[in-house]
Amino acid sequence: MSVLIYAENAGGKFKKSIFEAVTYARAIADQNNTNLVAISIGDVSKDELAALGKYGAEKVLNVSGDKLKNFVNQAYASIIAEAAKKQDADIVVLSNTFSGRGLAPRLGVKLQAGVADGAVALPEQNGGKFTIKKTAFSGKAFAIVELTSANKVIALVPNSYKVVETGGTAQVEDFAAETKDSDFKAMIKEIVRSTDKISLPDAEIVVSAGRGLKGPENWGMVEELAELLGAATACSKPVSDAGWRPHSEHVGQTGIAVSPNLYIAIGISGAIQHLAGISSSKVIVVINKDPEAPFFKVADYGIVGDAFEVVPQLIAAVKEYKASA
Amino acid sequence: MKILVCVSNVPDTTTKITFTDNNTQFNTNGVQFILNPYDEIALSRAIELTDGGKGTVTVINVGEVNTEATIRKALAIGATDAVRVNAKPHDAWYVASQIAEYVKANPFDLILTGRESIDYNGSKVAGMLGELLDLPSVSIIKKLDAADKEATVEREIEGGKEILTIPYPFVAGTAEGVAEPKIPNMRGIMSARTKPLAVIEPVEVKTYSEVLSYETPAPRGQVKLVPADDAAKLVELLHTEARVI
Repeated sequence: MSVLIYAENAGGKFKKSIFEAVTYARAIADQNNTNLVAISIGDVSKDELAALGKYGAEKVLNVSGDKLKNFVNQAYASIIAEAAKKQDADIVVLSNTFSGRGLAPRLGVKLQAGVADGAVALPEQNGGKFTIKKTAFSGKAFAIVELTSANKVIALVPNSYKVVETGGTAQVEDFAAETKDSDFKAMIKEIVRSTDKISLPDAEIVVSAGRGLKGPENWGMVEELAELLGAATACSKPVSDAGWRPHSEHVGQTGIAVSPNLYIAIGISGAIQHLAGISSSKVIVVINKDPEAPFFKVADYGIVGDAFEVVPQLIAAVKEYKASA
Repeated sequence: MKILVCVSNVPDTTTKITFTDNNTQFNTNGVQFILNPYDEIALSRAIELTDGGKGTVTVINVGEVNTEATIRKALAIGATDAVRVNAKPHDAWYVASQIAEYVKANPFDLILTGRESIDYNGSKVAGMLGELLDLPSVSIIKKLDAADKEATVEREIEGGKEILTIPYPFVAGTAEGVAEPKIPNMRGIMSARTKPLAVIEPVEVKTYSEVLSYETPAPRGQVKLVPADDAAKLVELLHTEARVI
């Protein structure tokens, strides 16, 4: 028995969401008095791999090769499943990233495992009963799910588990996995990464704006505030529907769900569909000129005022704070 | 081209989610059920791709008889025919297994699902179908262009996108951007009544997960209001009290 964590890399580096998932998988291994083995696929340096030991991995299996440099859903799933079998791992942990969401269901079928996607807390294991809390109803609720299979696949929501560094260096081993040609039918033509901006799912702070901004030409101040705070920008559905901002920024029930430490909502009224996507944010700030806006009911801090007056003042205040810090 | 679109019947997006029986059952009282919005995008793109006699679009749903209104809606939007697997959709594994059985007997060039259902949000059916049928699967696509032998799709990744080509047949989960949702017209609504809707019985499937109970997010305390002309106060609170900056 052991626990296997798939450590996904982005351009050869691990992100914070992976350190969270390794820490989380370590805690599950501890619950079961067993080992934590990590697996990395792609082109990652030995030092970067060994550093996963800091978060509790004892061993890292390194899978590399030209064909495996970039994510291929089918092939990656085959390799992770094979590693799980060889390491005798009955629990496989992933981060619930875009790629993780592609892998988890395939692994579930390959390992005949129950899949807890969108897990937000450690499992409870009592008397052979394995239960886990996961998101449901697009952030409006959580479900407590029992996984009744011997093998289990868990995909952890980014920013829902705190990274703990315990020190230590993991032992890195090359792992040669067999893949079949039919695993490589999907071919990547191009990868586009915007390197100058913080990606919304990874962001610890999100600055989001709605129709209250009146038009796309007024987003300059939103972007300026976001940049000052090291935040990602987001928007409400009417804004992306109107084409003011790209769909990838749409936060809400039919867009993206986020769980940052700080969510700042500017000129968004707070429709139930929008609130669903942001309900697991740790701190919510609302700026809206309508004191009756439903968003204030779920906010931690609020300013009732015109965004065009408040936001420039907020930018000035953040600049002042940063200068003094 | 033969396209299969997997659809689910979900609570309307405006639904306030509550539970009964000691938080073990979703309270459906007064809840309006709709075609899952992401599935509507998949269906709309499938109809665009087969428009003008270039193919057929079959919709499949795993559900009990109460889902037929949603299936008829899909037919009204423009699907050619529909299949309902007469069973309660226990979990994603159960649903994917039923659909895989159907597809083994009735092959398709392209199988689309929504990126996730807005009730359980698993985004699992596409990947499970891919694995069960040994086909490529791609989750969360934002664009889908179809050529003769292969399709080009745009997959969302953190902070960017990937462009892939995939030969048919394959499975994909669609998100916003793939198509504008189509609204049924009167002719569609009339013809939907007579379009074929086959009801088939489920195969036996062992399941691996059970929902035991539900929780709603912990309520937040009263909002702390800061005067509009004192943004510095807000920054101070976020730093010293909330400790998020």
